Amino acid sequence: MSLMDSGLNFEDGSIASGMRVNNNNKDLENFLMLEREKAKMTAQMFEFTDICWDKCMTDKPSTRLESKTETCIVNCVDRFIDISMFIANRLTQKSQGLSDLDGLD
Amino acid sequence: MDLGGVQLTNEKKAEVMAQVRQQVAIANLQETIQKMTEKCFNKCITKPGTSFAASEQKCVAMCMDRYMDSLNLVSKTYSNRIQQEAGRIQ
Repeated sequence: MSLMDSGLNFEDGSIASGMRVNNNNKDLENFLMLEREKAKMTAQMFEFTDICWDKCMTDKPSTRLESKTETCIVNCVDRFIDISMFIANRLTQKSQGLSDLDGLD
Repeated sequence: MDLGGVQLTNEKKAEVMAQVRQQVAIANLQETIQKMTEKCFNKCITKPGTSFAASEQKCVAMCMDRYMDSLNLVSKTYSNRIQQEAGRIQ
């Protein structure tokens, strides 16, 4: 990603001479990379909340999150991650011509 | 990451970072509001009537709080899991 198509707007796009210039952009690059990772995690978090809300919030909302709902949400997130890792692993194994079904039941 | 070879002053960098942080905060807020509206509409307005009934308003208010609880719980569970998985690799 270049800085120019990241949606950021620089009025001048260049640096006025005489101003303090740090000789590399490493700090900014690191910052942007970290922000991008954070954004991915946040998107994932919204996705999990979406899925697990539908699965676990079966009753009308009450004054607090019931403990069975809490347990359900925690399990829901963990199982979703399990399944996504399971699918990734199994597809990898299948693509390598290995069968893993023997050990499953 | 390629910044196209541009050299930025520290002031400019700080400005960019502040801008990014602000945009992220706005985007997260918008996402929260949008999801909350969708979830609480589905949960509380089962039969749309001619007005927004008091009982429905109460339901939506509680639904908003429970949605935030859920979001926080998911966030906690997710980051615990990431730490666990990271520990397994090392």
